[in-house]
Amino acid sequence: MKAKTPSKLEKILAAGHLAVTSECGPPRGSDMEVITEKANLIKDYVDAINITDNQTSVTRMSSLAACIQLKLMGLEPVLQMVTRDRNRIALQSDILGAASFDIHNVLCLSGDHQSFGDCPTGQNVHDIDSMQLIQTVRMMRDQGKFLGGDDIKRPPKMFVGAAANPFADPFEIRVPRLAKKIAAGVEFIQTQCIYNMEKFELWLKMAGDRGLLEKVYILAGVTPFKSAGMAKYMKNRVPGIEVPDELVKRMADTPKEKQPEEGVKICIEQIQHLKEVEGVRGFHVMAIEWEEMVPEIVEKSGLYPRPSVE
Amino acid sequence: MIVADRKPIEEIIEEVKNHEKILILGCNECVTVCEAGGKKEVGVLASALRMYFLNQGREVKVDEKTLERQCDHEYLEEIRDVMDQYDAVVSLACGVGVQFMAEKYHECPIYPGVDTCFLGATEKRGLWTERCQACGQCILARTGGICPVSRCAKRILNGPCGGSAKGKCEINKEIDCAWELLKALDKLDDYEKIDSIKDWSTDRAGGPRKVVREDVQE
Amino acid sequence: MRLQYPPDIKIILVPCTGKVDVLHILHAFEKGADGVYAVGCMEGDCHYNSGNLRARKRVEQAQKILDTIGIGGERAQMYNLSSSEGPRFAQFAVEMEERIRKLGPNPIKLAKKKAA
Repeated sequence: MKAKTPSKLEKILAAGHLAVTSECGPPRGSDMEVITEKANLIKDYVDAINITDNQTSVTRMSSLAACIQLKLMGLEPVLQMVTRDRNRIALQSDILGAASFDIHNVLCLSGDHQSFGDCPTGQNVHDIDSMQLIQTVRMMRDQGKFLGGDDIKRPPKMFVGAAANPFADPFEIRVPRLAKKIAAGVEFIQTQCIYNMEKFELWLKMAGDRGLLEKVYILAGVTPFKSAGMAKYMKNRVPGIEVPDELVKRMADTPKEKQPEEGVKICIEQIQHLKEVEGVRGFHVMAIEWEEMVPEIVEKSGLYPRPSVE
Repeated sequence: MIVADRKPIEEIIEEVKNHEKILILGCNECVTVCEAGGKKEVGVLASALRMYFLNQGREVKVDEKTLERQCDHEYLEEIRDVMDQYDAVVSLACGVGVQFMAEKYHECPIYPGVDTCFLGATEKRGLWTERCQACGQCILARTGGICPVSRCAKRILNGPCGGSAKGKCEINKEIDCAWELLKALDKLDDYEKIDSIKDWSTDRAGGPRKVVREDVQE
Repeated sequence: MRLQYPPDIKIILVPCTGKVDVLHILHAFEKGADGVYAVGCMEGDCHYNSGNLRARKRVEQAQKILDTIGIGGERAQMYNLSSSEGPRFAQFAVEMEERIRKLGPNPIKLAKKKAA
């Protein structure tokens, strides 16, 4: 696949390198230091940094503002956008705002339901869905047109991504859903945290059998366990995440003070395993409120130094 | 039908406590079927209000009446002769009936006695569930007879979202995921066709709506 | 058996307690009853399957309304017994009478007298 946008992430993937991305959650306040600190911790170890958009429906600093900050630091942001809070006017407007700062990556999501967050009594918008947001960005970029049909002066040049969860129900729909996102125009996928390797590989194989893997870059999502408690929580409480019993046991059998180390070790093993799996084109390392571990994980997984592209 | 739920009696008392001649006005249509505002509910509310006022040492007239409908001129006209006997009406009709009453008899304060909830069906007695949001442009033909606008918490036209688990919606384990229902009904043949961006102008977004049928107008 | 029970209880026969509606209970209070109780068959033994269970729910509903309007929900009660239990019938009557004596007369009755 040839790069179609100025996105550094796309160029790295197009050149055949395994890409590495990570993410930062904006603060619940207006202190941009939080973002610059997190970004400085990981910037040399990743190709692009996702900024989440009011994740779990908890009100935070805007993703766009934090992305602009990364851009001003000379880094490569991935603007996450959920369709929960903005209608098609606001979404297109923010896409243009991002494009004005030459933000070249966008991740199209529907967003968690507001009942989980700090404003459960609020309205949601869902004027369009994530599939249609993918179409919208592609239309703005490729045809240089707004949804209303008018021309855009200086259209956005964005590499368009979306999420995929191979573990959500029903499983039979997961590959057709990927195909549908590809048909909508998605170019890269960051997956939900993978712990069940077998199921993930089955999903990839089914996607490969349909020829989908030549049409999209799949970045495998990984998240290190900080503790045995977290492993149990992810297994039992987070919908759409599958944690095999042996991993929970391995964490539980490790003495408490050694658990973080063991969690990182598991994560590195997973990356090393997935590197050899056909169709995996990179990694999305989600170290939740544990960004300081990203460099070690990347380095020990043999993904450091990061390539440079023109 | 339009599904409504009874308002707490204390809330109604708070609204009408300063009146002296109150008519409790029921509706014999949807709100009767969902047991929120029919003749019986009128009786219960009226009896409770009469006792409340007596107990407060106040003489308040609380009368009962149930109309065939409150969303049609002809039925609302039936009470024109008696309206001057009241200084307040508590309408147990849906929001449509309450407003139609208020428009017609604007000199008399009209209070709602129910909370109008949604367009739904009676699954069994005592259980009513939503089926339609009256978006003004029905897409059921291409969604296997299951409406994602009313039955998906994010009204996603290309679902399911990542929060669907074991057939249930992420917001509540008692709510079926509309998209998984489609799968259960084996109606996913057209799943990969992308549903295009919806025109919401026929929905609430387009402002108050009208249906005009000149062919049947007099 | 010639069991004794308080004489100031008025019995209204219904084919099944399932016939008793919230409206009946409220109207009884409106007309001045100091207490209302329904005596149904044992739960699980209803000839019509669930009449007595419905009655219980309706009594509970009436209790809520009576509490809200200041009459007191305790004045409405639901009891269950089987048809051979005459002594229990008398016992419920005594219990109910004691309960009402403690609560005093229905305030509606007093208010009505005052108004008259």
